[in-house]
Amino acid sequence: MAGREEVTPRRAPGPPQAGRDLTPPRLRPRDVLRVGAVGLRTRPLRAFLSALGIAIGIAAMIGVLGISSSSGAELDRQLSALGTNLLTVSSGQTLSGEEAKMPVEAEAMIERIGPVLSVSSVGQVQDAKVYRSEEIPEARTGGISAYAARLDLLDSVGATLRAGTWLNAATHAYPAVVLGSATAERLGVGAVGPDTQVLVGGRRFTVVGVLEPVALAVELDTAALVGWPVAEERLGFDGHPTVLYTRVDERHMDAVRDVLAGTGNPEAPNEVDVSRPSDALAAKQATDQAFTGLLLGVGAVALIVGGVGVANTMVISVLERRGEIGLRRSLGATRGQIRTQFLAESLLLSAIGGVGGVCVGAAVTVGYAAYEEWPSVIPAEATVGGLAATLVIGAVAGLYPAIRAARLSPTEALASP
Amino acid sequence: MIELSRVSKVYPGGVTALDDVSLEIRRGEMVAIAGPSGSGKSTMLNTIGTLDRPTSGTVRVDGHDVATLSDNRLSALRGTGIGFVFQQFHLAANVPALENVADGLLYSGLPRAERRRRARAALERVGLAHRMDHEPHELSGGERQRVAIARAVAGDPPLLLADEPTGALDSASGAGVMELLRELHASGTTVLIITHDPEIAGRLPRQVRMRDGRIVADHAGAA
Ligand SMILES: Nc1ncnc2c1ncn2[C@@H]1O[C@H](COP(=O)(O)OP(=O)(O)O)[C@@H](O)[C@H]1O
Ligand SMILES: [Mg+2]
Repeated sequence: MAGREEVTPRRAPGPPQAGRDLTPPRLRPRDVLRVGAVGLRTRPLRAFLSALGIAIGIAAMIGVLGISSSSGAELDRQLSALGTNLLTVSSGQTLSGEEAKMPVEAEAMIERIGPVLSVSSVGQVQDAKVYRSEEIPEARTGGISAYAARLDLLDSVGATLRAGTWLNAATHAYPAVVLGSATAERLGVGAVGPDTQVLVGGRRFTVVGVLEPVALAVELDTAALVGWPVAEERLGFDGHPTVLYTRVDERHMDAVRDVLAGTGNPEAPNEVDVSRPSDALAAKQATDQAFTGLLLGVGAVALIVGGVGVANTMVISVLERRGEIGLRRSLGATRGQIRTQFLAESLLLSAIGGVGGVCVGAAVTVGYAAYEEWPSVIPAEATVGGLAATLVIGAVAGLYPAIRAARLSPTEALASP
Repeated sequence: MIELSRVSKVYPGGVTALDDVSLEIRRGEMVAIAGPSGSGKSTMLNTIGTLDRPTSGTVRVDGHDVATLSDNRLSALRGTGIGFVFQQFHLAANVPALENVADGLLYSGLPRAERRRRARAALERVGLAHRMDHEPHELSGGERQRVAIARAVAGDPPLLLADEPTGALDSASGAGVMELLRELHASGTTVLIITHDPEIAGRLPRQVRMRDGRIVADHAGAA
């Protein structure tokens, strides 16, 4: 900027210069910023507090959107890792309300459907209660079910082990058990090893593994999984599968879905429930989205309250600075330049709040996503939209005070204390 | 330079602050406006300074009929043609003298570096070269008024209007300020000074006395 000397109407010595050009020069953008920041510099605490109001609103909205997007990204990641081609066939209830049973051959019959890639299953062991030890009262371990599990279960449902090993050809005939994640928590099982035993159906089983939560088969989280043979031999398991996990060629999902119930239980297809767990996951995400909408509304209200705070600050600022306004008018400021000054101040206030809010919201998102081990996503639309909303709020909040400031008569402004 | 002809100002409350005042002030004059409190001195100065418009009559400043100028043009006229000095200084708190003076040129269209350069020159002119970086609370009353005068003359306006510039000062600093205003006059600026101190008024080349919104006397001073 230096060196760019402008030709300005300086007083030439000599005769009066009637006809002097009386067009007020425009303020440069940097000077608008400078003069708009005067109020922020003289009252930093007040500026900080009113910017804080905006920041809270923006941070809330960015945080909510960021966390929701991150959780959506996590879902997408999960679904692409787990696959969306799992169909679950569960024995439902009979018309009279009893537990229905699928035939023992159900698994083999489903396997014969062309587009079915694989089938695995678990069968609930009726009346086999699961306890940590003989001393723990029954009531404390409610909700845990013992299941006989096929050896290929993990691949079918996309489950992974948190600790230990899965059942194998050697252990599935012996009293070995793999606990679901919630089961392990409820029973207080931390380590896995020969010394860790739990009671299943009154017999001691050695805990050989603990599962991570299974997104596509949540019933396994509260399960205690034992081998199919040992369940039949020692726990009186009847061999009927309770849930069949079917991986299907994606292109034929609908066709397979239509025939699964009839194939799984030809005698009573209406007693069988067929579901696609990835749909349920997505549906849960959709419910979360509704909640996100609610939180977003709360954030928007906070933002509006922040805007009211800025308006309040601006009204007070104009009242307090009437002397300054009068002085500036005497120094040659036009009404428009006074209006610009206070609008700029209001915009600066809310922009500072907006930028701060975006930073805090982004930090909250990144922190929360890191804590949940999600990929963190801060939607660009939210950031841009948030900043745009900030500027609109700043303009709206500042407009009325700025107009009032500009309308002040210079003499009255100068006369006020 | 200034021409008031049959100017009246009636405030909304019904107070007639100026009552059919006619006055001519030529380029390069130095005029004291004296009179008791409430006699309309400030009203007249504000009217001359285009901060306020008269209820009736014509005001010509620097060749312009004020009534014909839009608010924007009046602002430009004030910005380039008129410097104001007030009794209460109107300096920005916690802002160094140099910035206070440079801020006075904000509406001149000059780039910041040039504004600061001229502010420095103006402060040197009023004898405050050693106080550039001092904030108002670090300055004496007389020094503050000098900063305000520097701000008023930094843009080199042909007309300087001072409303009781020594009103808030002790007599020694007041005399210093008057001396400074006399120097500015000597260098070619037209200067109008409101004072209710007859002694100060008496030492100026021309004195206009007011009472109840009218000019009751207008004569050359002892000086
Ligand atoms: N804004 C105003 N509204 C109403 N009356 C005013 C206003 N300003 C000044 N007056 C009145 O006009 C008269 C002249 O005031 P002023 O010009 O300030 O006198 P001075 O400067 O000589 O003391 C006084 O009676 C004062 O009360
Ligand atoms: Mg007065």
